[in-house]
Amino acid sequence: MFSMAGSTLASSTAEAVLPDRGSHARYVSPARDTWRRFRRHRLAVAGLTVLLLMIAAVALGPFLWRVPINDIDFTAQLAGPSWVHPLGTDDLGQDVLARMLYGGRISLAVGLAAMLVAVVVGTIIGAVSGISRGSIDTALMWLTDLFLSLPQLPLLLLLIYLFRDPLKQLVGPELGVFLLIIAVIGGFRWMQVARLVRAQFLSLREKEFIEAARALGATKWRQVMRHILPNSLGPVVVAGTVDVAGAIIAESTLSFLGLGFPPDIPTWGRILYDAKDTLDIAPHWALFAGAAIFLAVLSINFVGDGLRDALDPRKVM
Amino acid sequence: MTRYLLRRLLIAVPSLLGISIILYTVLALAPGDPFGELASNPNVPPQVALALRAKFGLDDPVWLRYLHWLVAMLHGDWGFSFVSRIDVDRLILQRLPTTLLVIGSSQIVALLIALPVGVYSATRPYSVFDQIANTLAFIGFSLPTFFTGILFILVFSVTLHWLPIVYRADLAATGWRWYWEEFRQAAMPVAVLGLFQGASWTRYVRSAVLDVIRLDYVTTARAKGIAEFAVVTRHVVRNALIPVVTLVALSMPTVFGGAIVTEQIFRVPGIGSLLITSILANDTPVIMAVTFVFACLVILFNLLADVLYGWLDPRIVYR
Repeated sequence: MFSMAGSTLASSTAEAVLPDRGSHARYVSPARDTWRRFRRHRLAVAGLTVLLLMIAAVALGPFLWRVPINDIDFTAQLAGPSWVHPLGTDDLGQDVLARMLYGGRISLAVGLAAMLVAVVVGTIIGAVSGISRGSIDTALMWLTDLFLSLPQLPLLLLLIYLFRDPLKQLVGPELGVFLLIIAVIGGFRWMQVARLVRAQFLSLREKEFIEAARALGATKWRQVMRHILPNSLGPVVVAGTVDVAGAIIAESTLSFLGLGFPPDIPTWGRILYDAKDTLDIAPHWALFAGAAIFLAVLSINFVGDGLRDALDPRKVM
Repeated sequence: MTRYLLRRLLIAVPSLLGISIILYTVLALAPGDPFGELASNPNVPPQVALALRAKFGLDDPVWLRYLHWLVAMLHGDWGFSFVSRIDVDRLILQRLPTTLLVIGSSQIVALLIALPVGVYSATRPYSVFDQIANTLAFIGFSLPTFFTGILFILVFSVTLHWLPIVYRADLAATGWRWYWEEFRQAAMPVAVLGLFQGASWTRYVRSAVLDVIRLDYVTTARAKGIAEFAVVTRHVVRNALIPVVTLVALSMPTVFGGAIVTEQIFRVPGIGSLLITSILANDTPVIMAVTFVFACLVILFNLLADVLYGWLDPRIVYR
């Protein structure tokens, strides 16, 4: 579907021509074509495998590893890895593996949800700006540039500091913090997507097939939703993938600074924050959590790189 | 050049105003009024509370309060820290040099890594060196700064005992000894930030150089018999740096984010750790001022990028 990116060259148009049943030329769907190109990037395939394994682990893990995350055991404080506790225990004797499996759900969910916020906001702003000429376009691009030069982490911290308690009272502590964090992280990551979508719109709206649609009497809404938008999503998919990694880092950073999720919700960043004061006695506690963040981010970045090669062959970066 | 710089300065003013409006809107939208917390404190006598409300103009409409705040900021009246009991501007001025020192030297480290590695990779694309450098770069910018910081502490302080964990602003040593101690304590924060930035910039440099190196004028330079080293350093790198400068300027907010984290890990007494401590202590005037200082720093670095554009490509100045 969206592999027919606006920036791909004539080849994808040629392949999309209906197959001639008599000849040997086989019809290759754009999705399959993308997958074929993606597979060539070996590290991206490895990244995808690791990522799927991690998602499976946090999704199914808590059902298989049934140790409660808040089972306090003072006889096993800060114990290293053993058969009873494969990843060791923390300062209250709680099982690190169980906490990481549970926290991983939150960390990955925050990454995905914040990415969705960023992509939706960015696509809307980029599309409106790309289809309208004149002052609306100028104003939206000024806004985008302004957001790009905002000091993001200080503002994230400020927003969470100001809005955390009221939201907690409004929708409960866990959901409140979750919504706040995805809103603020997503709210500071849409600029890249907006710029990409606008650039795609500017070039696509002058193309012949749009002109043809316009000549046939398609409304502006239909031109955008049916023709321009689906063709401009290629780079957005790449940017969105990389945004997941950025959002995971952002959430971990907030938790690491002690301003993300509360201590009873052990996201990976929060575990790292709790573990950093006992580095000399129990390094395993911090290392496993940090390694999980690193592995998730690294594999997402590799997947993004592979998608970039597959969807946007002209671009090197 | 002067006219060009003036024009860029004038463009920076609306951005700063925009940022200050966003900051103030966030504060105004926040439920409860943060300044009012002091005024509604039962230990504060009612007259003082009323005086405070009048001083902060809490009963005025929002736009008027914004204008008052802006005028006060421009006059250098940045308020009074609830916690440290000194003026906010003095508090920030005490801390700012440390932050600038750490950020500045880490950027130099990052450039010293990114430029040679990126250029060398691009001149030999898909060679073994390029592939190793590319993989290392990927690992480098996938490692979050807070994790690298913890790893460094674990290796260099806890295990090897080479470097101190805590950064001290008041070193007892003097002379050469002082420089050595300063180097030792700054080494880890600078390395953490520098390696992270260096890794992502290496990729920018590589792809920018790859774009330029195939252009005709480079072939011409080679055909004239100029040595390869001179072709790359004089002809290729200068033009390739233009998009790199753009990306570096765009990544400045990330750099400051990383600086806040590293200052927190290594307890560097800069404005980043000041921000965190004041957030944890509900010290609103300091939080506002530090955020605004970070915004000013981002704009300042964008201006520096503009100056660099002018130097790299003189055509930009005369346009």
